[in-house]
Amino acid sequence: MKKSFKDIFKEGILTNNPTFVQLLGMCPTLATTTSVTNAIGMGLSTTVVLIFSNFLISLLRKIIPKQVRIAAYIVIISGFVTAVELLIKAYLPALNASLGLFIPLIVVNCIILARAEAFASKNDPVRSACDGIATGLGFTIALIIVATIRELLGSGMLFAGADGTGGIQILGDWYSPATIFLMPTGAFLTLGFVIALVQKIRNTVAEQTRLKELLDDAVKHGYTSEYLERYKKKKNKNKVSTEIVDAADKYPEQKGEEK
Amino acid sequence: MDNKINSSPVEKEKITMPEMLTVSPSPHVKSPETTTTLMVDVLIALSPAIIWGVVVFGWRAAMHVLLSVAAAVGAEALYEKLMKKPITVRDCSAAVTGVLIAMNVPVSVPLWMPVVGSVFAIVVVKQLFGGIGKNFVNPALSARVFMLSWAGDMTRFTAAGDRINSLLPALGEADVVSSATPLAALKTGALPSESFLDMFLGRQGGCIGEVSAVLLLVGAVYLLIRKVITWHIPVAYIGTVAVLTFIFSRNGMFSWEFMLYELLAGGLMLGAFFMATDYSTSPVSPKGRIIYGIGCGAITVLIRFFGTYPEGVSFSILIMNLLVWYIDKFAKPRRFGGKTSGK
Repeated sequence: MKKSFKDIFKEGILTNNPTFVQLLGMCPTLATTTSVTNAIGMGLSTTVVLIFSNFLISLLRKIIPKQVRIAAYIVIISGFVTAVELLIKAYLPALNASLGLFIPLIVVNCIILARAEAFASKNDPVRSACDGIATGLGFTIALIIVATIRELLGSGMLFAGADGTGGIQILGDWYSPATIFLMPTGAFLTLGFVIALVQKIRNTVAEQTRLKELLDDAVKHGYTSEYLERYKKKKNKNKVSTEIVDAADKYPEQKGEEK
Repeated sequence: MDNKINSSPVEKEKITMPEMLTVSPSPHVKSPETTTTLMVDVLIALSPAIIWGVVVFGWRAAMHVLLSVAAAVGAEALYEKLMKKPITVRDCSAAVTGVLIAMNVPVSVPLWMPVVGSVFAIVVVKQLFGGIGKNFVNPALSARVFMLSWAGDMTRFTAAGDRINSLLPALGEADVVSSATPLAALKTGALPSESFLDMFLGRQGGCIGEVSAVLLLVGAVYLLIRKVITWHIPVAYIGTVAVLTFIFSRNGMFSWEFMLYELLAGGLMLGAFFMATDYSTSPVSPKGRIIYGIGCGAITVLIRFFGTYPEGVSFSILIMNLLVWYIDKFAKPRRFGGKTSGK
């Protein structure tokens, strides 16, 4: 079954975000999020490579022999990375100086290889290119989130130029910048907290979905009990209380008893 | 009689299990020692150095200690309340962390800084990893390194200066008017202007709790007598620093003078006795403790000689904290009757 475009975008950006959910591409995430400008530069370069490599790999998916596919993917990816690198060198020398080695290292970025292997090699070119856009945007958004927190806490400013100068003062003079957030330690701390938060949200959503399925099932079987009413009452609060989850867990047993 | 007890809720309350009644396999060793008594012992041992810090640096030092302790204890209580965990502030371990953080900052830092450090130490380093006994690095030292991100404030040392001169006139004038600490002087390869006696007694610039070697030693002896710590880590640590700085002195080799200054300057005494010996972040066997101490000493000397910072005690202890698991594996004591090697 082919994935709908809506699903592709939803997965790439939200439910299967490459950085926060799949935990891929940690190295560029940690290294290039010292400023929002760098994050956008890195994210967009990766997105461009991702779109083109996904598209080409998808076109060639029936020609590439299975045994040498990884090597073939890497060759294709490195071709696009070289193009992107030369473009950045020509038109954005400051960004190139700031990102340095991390532009060529996009070749071995595991997000790109993972999308090639998991998606582009099994889907048609249009869908693969869309998946490249979605995953690339997910990666860029993740980088921007981490970089915003780090730059704000680390320097009190945002949008400093790629050469490290300029920037808009966000926090006033009262704020004494904690430079640790601009150092690798700060990268690990920030990323850890952001991933924890994302995980918490995902768990809550998963819990709600599970509960809803259980209750839908109950309705389908004509099961109307105090549990359902209690759920309906609390539904408006938009919050899963443990009580309801307990009740929903007990439901299948009750159903068995009734039979 | 049973009826009588059951009928009255007050009576019922009285016959609940005594708290100390435990059922456990042998050996049935009982000790009045608890985490609280250990931590109170550490606080007692630290108090001479704290009092000296207040005497030398003024009431601002006392403010730092109080705010830092309040923040550490408050953060622990608040976190545990929010996470619905048992509140463990009564064991005083958070208070010890708070005191150590305040002792590890120069007196001139803004008042909020040790507070931020304490909250970081308790919430991020200690509680997020599961609370007391489960942190894998020393919370107070991690907070110190975290606070180094305000490098300007953390390296602005107030020399004790005139204040000390007026304190102990009998000992003559202390030459501590310059703003650099003895360590900063050592970093340039020169002998500090302070005399050994001044540094030993605590008439030097530095962080609030680290200036007086003799008072820290008094506290350390108290801890050793009370068996709160063993001699292995401090002796191995300070011994390694002594040997290395004696052999590879900054002006050539084999200089007693340089060696003594290296031992008395900076946070070596505070680190070796009070922070490297933290239970949850140091090895359990004597052999492991000696390896750990030697490692701390070697890294301290390397950072002091070749690093950017003049002081390496906090970094060395943190690095060795990370290796404790491996050291414990390596230095596992031989079981009686077991094989000679660890295999």
